[in-house]
Amino acid sequence: MALLKSNKVIFCLGNISPSLGVLSTRNSSWWGGVQMGPPDPILGVTEAFRRDTNPKKMNLGVGAYRDDQGKPFVLSCVRKAEALIAAKQLDKEYLPIGGLGDFTKACAQLALGADSEVLKSSRSITVQTISGTGSLRIGGNFLARFHAGPHDVYLPKPSWGNHTPIFRDAGMQLKAYRYYEPSTCGFDFKGALEDISKIPEKSVILLHACAHNPTGVDPRPEQWKEISQVVKERNLLPFFDMAYQGFASGDIDRDAWAVRHFIEQGHNIVLSQSFAKNMGLYGERVGGFTVVCSDAEEAKRVESQIKILIRPIYSNPPVNGARIASTILNTPELRSVWLQEVDSMAKRIISMREQLVAGLKKQGSSHNWQHVTDQIGMFCFTGLKPEQVERLIKEFSVYMTKDGRISMAGVTSGNVGYLAEAIHAVTK
Amino acid sequence: MSVFRDVQQAAPVAVFKLTQDFNNDPFPNKVNLGVGAYRTDEGKPWVLPVVKKVEKLIVHDDRLNHEYLPILGLPEFRSSASKIALGDDSPAIREDRVGAVQCLGGTGALKMGAEFLRRFYNGNNNTKTPIYVSAPTWENHNGVFNNAGFEDVRPYKYWDAEKRGLDLAGFLSDLESCPERSIFVLHACAHNPTGTDPTQEQWKKIAEVMMRRKLFPFFDSAYQGFASGNLEKDAWAVRYFVSKGFEMFCAQSFSKNFGLYNERVGNLTIVARDSDNLKRVLSQMEKIVRITWSNPPSQGARVVSLTLTSPDLFSEWKDNVKTMADRVLLMRAQLRAKLEVLGTPGTWNHITDQIGMFSFTGLNPKQVEYMIKEKHVYLMASGRINMCGLTSKNINYVAESIHEAVTKVAAGYC
Repeated sequence: MALLKSNKVIFCLGNISPSLGVLSTRNSSWWGGVQMGPPDPILGVTEAFRRDTNPKKMNLGVGAYRDDQGKPFVLSCVRKAEALIAAKQLDKEYLPIGGLGDFTKACAQLALGADSEVLKSSRSITVQTISGTGSLRIGGNFLARFHAGPHDVYLPKPSWGNHTPIFRDAGMQLKAYRYYEPSTCGFDFKGALEDISKIPEKSVILLHACAHNPTGVDPRPEQWKEISQVVKERNLLPFFDMAYQGFASGDIDRDAWAVRHFIEQGHNIVLSQSFAKNMGLYGERVGGFTVVCSDAEEAKRVESQIKILIRPIYSNPPVNGARIASTILNTPELRSVWLQEVDSMAKRIISMREQLVAGLKKQGSSHNWQHVTDQIGMFCFTGLKPEQVERLIKEFSVYMTKDGRISMAGVTSGNVGYLAEAIHAVTK
Repeated sequence: MSVFRDVQQAAPVAVFKLTQDFNNDPFPNKVNLGVGAYRTDEGKPWVLPVVKKVEKLIVHDDRLNHEYLPILGLPEFRSSASKIALGDDSPAIREDRVGAVQCLGGTGALKMGAEFLRRFYNGNNNTKTPIYVSAPTWENHNGVFNNAGFEDVRPYKYWDAEKRGLDLAGFLSDLESCPERSIFVLHACAHNPTGTDPTQEQWKKIAEVMMRRKLFPFFDSAYQGFASGNLEKDAWAVRYFVSKGFEMFCAQSFSKNFGLYNERVGNLTIVARDSDNLKRVLSQMEKIVRITWSNPPSQGARVVSLTLTSPDLFSEWKDNVKTMADRVLLMRAQLRAKLEVLGTPGTWNHITDQIGMFSFTGLNPKQVEYMIKEKHVYLMASGRINMCGLTSKNINYVAESIHEAVTKVAAGYC
């Protein structure tokens, strides 16, 4: 009542003074107390890039693949799959809550390997999700409701920026383990093992399966083996985030090695997969969430509960991208075209890394840039400091996030020379 | 020892279980009157001709790619979808105080709206704010709001089982007695599951009380165009509320009126006091979207926005919608006529009085069980039937089955 009365006073004042009028509409709105949300740091980079009129500008912010002309790339296997699908004249009936069966099956096989014992004994469940984000979110919700251990998710330091708010909103707490070593721009193996060995039993540890985002730094196989050991000793639940299978090394089996090794070692993992990057299906939102269980019966129970989680969020998933992915994975000719195309995307990135290092050497840089070629996947943690990043943006129109992360996908043979020039200029 | 050993088997979602049972039934004359999807007179799913046309355009357009949409969705989709709900000439749109979030179907739109309200409506912790849903309502309304953290989801009186119509007095009395600032989920048209909508006069009364008692309208619009066959008519209530100056949400689904069920095309339309408030609301919506699905799927939104923004395609779409609505109206008329000819006990005018995809037949759970087990006619335990499941071939069988259920199974009809 008091609020209503004060509204009337302010409204009258508003007729006298315009600024008070603004105040009045705020107070007479349900949303008067809603603050402006902070801008997304990564999207902010793209927005600033768009406004820049410098013809040499480069957008090394957001992680979407670009071809050597700097254009978005639609894979030919995707176009072919779309044509096949269109010819089938399929209906548009709701998918099951857990998604398209042909897709989820192929999705699991891709990650685990077709000959996986887990798949043979039907002791895992895979649901179709809204790409990687949706998968992590469902995973977080599932753990929050059903995980019998501490509700702590341990993230590598650093991790993808969206991991923290996703898990937090799902009801989990966030903690960290050492991962990136700034002095070497490489993997802090010793620190990681030390931290992991202290994690309380049954906590959840999140691991980037390959092409760590944002650093591009991955453990080597021998290192993964030791990590697996410690995780086993601590009895932790491994949650793998695999957003770049095939995209990292160009080889899907190689990129899934850590996931498969952990399973072979007896870990019953949970796994998020995204097909945004490796199939270029970004806007179609194609992903999967997998829980490896003790047996088929447990997998059925878990599946039933995951469906209960999905229904009040979006009922059932979108079909288009899943049909495309399923068609590709399940049609031998398309699958082999895909494997070639994902390999060529990965190889182009690798080549850009090599050219950047070569370019920096040519510029006469005295720094060690080996990490640029040691790192893998879409992103490179350059090691540049915030002031240097700022100079790159302001003086050279080279846009990246403040942490010095660049998306190699934004580098082309046409602009890699300019990039080397610019980086050299701010670091010499 | 598994961390998941104590996970219980969850009960299946009833409406999907019904379809599963139907699918497993070998009886040749079985009929599925369960899940709410349109069927042709051959009992088949129908991809709208305009949708087929537009999808072909999309597949052959080499300029299109699969890049991420913005977090809030495809801009042309959002604005054209909101226009469909509010009208091209909506003063609220002209005043730049209407915004939208593209979501995963109607469910996703409800979810986003619910998550926002829990965080920001009337202070920033609304877990205890009452959410009122009609008695009865779509079963997932409870799920969505509970899942979004609302602890107090309550029914408001709506369906009068005895007279088989709207319990307006009960509805109004709940509006008068509920806590101020409560949130009410209103079905824009073609109420699910009863098919019973307030008249325009009744909506005016509802709006008056809601304005006076500062109640928040959250419209669920899943059947625009599908109910009467006319887009404007089906949007009357939503537009009336806007004209009265309410701030409100409207969750729109394009699953039924575009037949795009599995593409998950939805839109949360937001009407705010002014553009400043709207801007802040949208900025916070972005945060919620980002941690749920990051950005929405592009295919369905492209189909809808291309259709709505091209005069020829728009006209074709309206025809397709009318085709669906007309078939439903025909089935309603025929079912009622047949029951009256059979002399089935009770009155059956509610079948033609009700509107949209569903009819609340008035069959009680025992009669429903009879229908399923003995007659292999599948319907919801509430007595809800999907009129789209009726065809010229099965309507006699269904009418006879209802007749049998009513005459053979005791405890009358509710």
